[in-house]
Amino acid sequence: MKAIYCLSRASPEGVFITNSCLPWALKKVLHVETRKLHTDCWNSILSLQGHGSAGRCSTEAWLIKTSMCGTQKASNLATDCFRRLMHSRTLQSHAGIPRIFRWVATAAVNREQSRMFHTAVHRAEEGSQVSEPSNDVVNVVFIDRSGQRIPVKGKVGDNVLYLAHKHEIDLEGACEASLACSTCHVYVSGEFLDKLPDPDEREDDMLDMAPLLQENSRLGCQIILTKDLEGAEFTLPKITRNFYVDGHVPKPH
Amino acid sequence: MGACRWTWGVSSWRTFRSLAARRQPAVLLGLGKLLSTAPSTPQVCIVGSGPAGFYTAQHILKHHKQVQVDIYEKLPVPFGLVRFGVAPDHPEVKNVINSFTQTARSGRCAFYGNITVGKDVTLEELQRAYHAVVLSYGAEDNRVLGIPGENLPGVHSARTFVGWYNGLPENQNLEPDLSSETAVILGQGNVALDVARILLTSPDLLKKTDITAHSLEAIAHSKVKRVWLVGRRGPLQVAFTIKELREMINLPGTKPLLYPSDFEGLRDVIKDVPRPRKRLTELLIKSALEKPSEKEAARWVSATREWGLKFLRSPIEVLPSANGKQAAGIRLAVNRLEGSGESVVAVPTGEFEDIECGLILSSIGYKSLPIAPSLPFDAEQGTIPNSMGRVHKVPGLYCSGWVKRGPTGVIITTMNDSFDTAQSMLEDLSSGVVDTSVHKPGFQSLRETLQQRGVRCVSFSDWEKINAAETAKGGEVGKPREKILDLEVMIRLASQ
Repeated sequence: MKAIYCLSRASPEGVFITNSCLPWALKKVLHVETRKLHTDCWNSILSLQGHGSAGRCSTEAWLIKTSMCGTQKASNLATDCFRRLMHSRTLQSHAGIPRIFRWVATAAVNREQSRMFHTAVHRAEEGSQVSEPSNDVVNVVFIDRSGQRIPVKGKVGDNVLYLAHKHEIDLEGACEASLACSTCHVYVSGEFLDKLPDPDEREDDMLDMAPLLQENSRLGCQIILTKDLEGAEFTLPKITRNFYVDGHVPKPH
Repeated sequence: MGACRWTWGVSSWRTFRSLAARRQPAVLLGLGKLLSTAPSTPQVCIVGSGPAGFYTAQHILKHHKQVQVDIYEKLPVPFGLVRFGVAPDHPEVKNVINSFTQTARSGRCAFYGNITVGKDVTLEELQRAYHAVVLSYGAEDNRVLGIPGENLPGVHSARTFVGWYNGLPENQNLEPDLSSETAVILGQGNVALDVARILLTSPDLLKKTDITAHSLEAIAHSKVKRVWLVGRRGPLQVAFTIKELREMINLPGTKPLLYPSDFEGLRDVIKDVPRPRKRLTELLIKSALEKPSEKEAARWVSATREWGLKFLRSPIEVLPSANGKQAAGIRLAVNRLEGSGESVVAVPTGEFEDIECGLILSSIGYKSLPIAPSLPFDAEQGTIPNSMGRVHKVPGLYCSGWVKRGPTGVIITTMNDSFDTAQSMLEDLSSGVVDTSVHKPGFQSLRETLQQRGVRCVSFSDWEKINAAETAKGGEVGKPREKILDLEVMIRLASQ
């Protein structure tokens, strides 16, 4: 709950943390040593100030200026807040979270962390039903396991796995985009494969486990939409006999 | 084998579509039947709450809007090998628990833990209470080595060792002897690598995982410095996968022991093999033959522990200590290979090699057991004979996961085969092969029976109490959870 509170008051300038949350935030989120925290909270803050990252902004709140432009500390802050939010059942009621995570995702220092935040964005949006107007629409098409074409409107920065979930396309994500399975395996159409950053070693390692591997195979959770992907098609491998015996027709989009 | 299976998958999918087209009238007939009688909720029961059980449940619930799915589990806690098999230092693999939890919380799904099918309730009773029963109870038995000395103290199955550090209640008194410098693991699959990695990982790293407190304590005092993974065939036949191998090669504080002679000449052989085997072998070759990077070389120099692969060796005999009371080594027969590719066989050369070691873990595969005398069972394969998950000659009975296809594969393999089984069932529900016009009471009819037999059933919300207690206890020491090891304690928490 405290993580949500802290993050709901975050902005690109930093995170406002009230006095009541401060010991918690320092300890849990910023990993300031517990001993230091309990014996001398003030010193801890001073030491943070030494890194140009904390300052008192009012009598009851601190602004932890994490200068979210790619510092390790900023990433750690975001990662830890993320972890706490992921485990928090109250997350979904907070409408402001998606925006914050979207911002944090772009600020993350590496691709791995960035993808984790995309997971958080997805989770939060899924619950809050808040979608923000955006000019960064990317039109892509999913081709499901029965061969049906499902055009969807994504946004720049969307993770293809979670975009599929949002549109009820049967793409699993067992490990939640942490590169520990290959359940979100897709084929990328034609020239769009070359527009994606090359898979890193860990993605290739997981692709090796994917049934029906092809030259144009990628993991959906590793594809982040860009303008370049306008018109791209993502085909789900036909590994299961996926047809609709109950007469259910997937919703047109 | 993998490639072969999936080619088969595609062709069968196609066959199936054409079959489905031809079957139209049957489908309509089934619908007519449904309409002509009072709607009855199809009652489905799943035996086992591991990935196979949950993925089967998920697919059925997603594609059938009336069905009620009840998942039975022997232990009071769900998720099977995701909880008790996946290594503690692989928390990301356990993320799948989140989607299983969503399935379990669905209004049309119920979890009944602490019920052993075959003991507390029979398969026949389940078949009477439910329209369809899915067996996804996995592979609870080990393949045995069948060599002299196998039962000496110091020799364990890798499975019990995994159960020990992962908190499986039945393995809590294992007390493996970690006082000798060398451990030998028989087998070269991912379980073997998991075990080797846990034996060699620094306790400082392990203490942040959900490894059980007492096994962490034992591993912290372990004297094991060297782990051999022994395989009867060569480097082209190893069963582990690249992610696990890479992790092992990069394990802090350790150094790989790979004999260059095992890998020389392999580069030419792997030119035309499928990509997974090729990349895996390339990684082995690189580590064995190429000059290490600066970072790697530095790690090797400062390494205090080591691990290695021994190829072309079959265990012949566990060598006892002087007093005969303890394993002190293992005798291996040296093999050569005959044939080529995956079907290559190991033939003994007549030479032997002895390794001195106090801990021997056999990791040569699991085996399923039948849970009812009436159940068709292939004892040789350790699986239930089935087509597409339909148990032969028993309409309304299905199987998925390891009990269906044998104990191999990663989570996606189990996911796909569970979806296949679910699909077969959905088809049978719709075509009328499984007659849902007859009312079946589901769990209701068993509740009283179970009570009379003194079975305390654990629901999913009960599990969530256990879960909360475990995560709270883990949180105190910086672990994601501290698993509860005692069945009694689990039940007590569930009853609160």
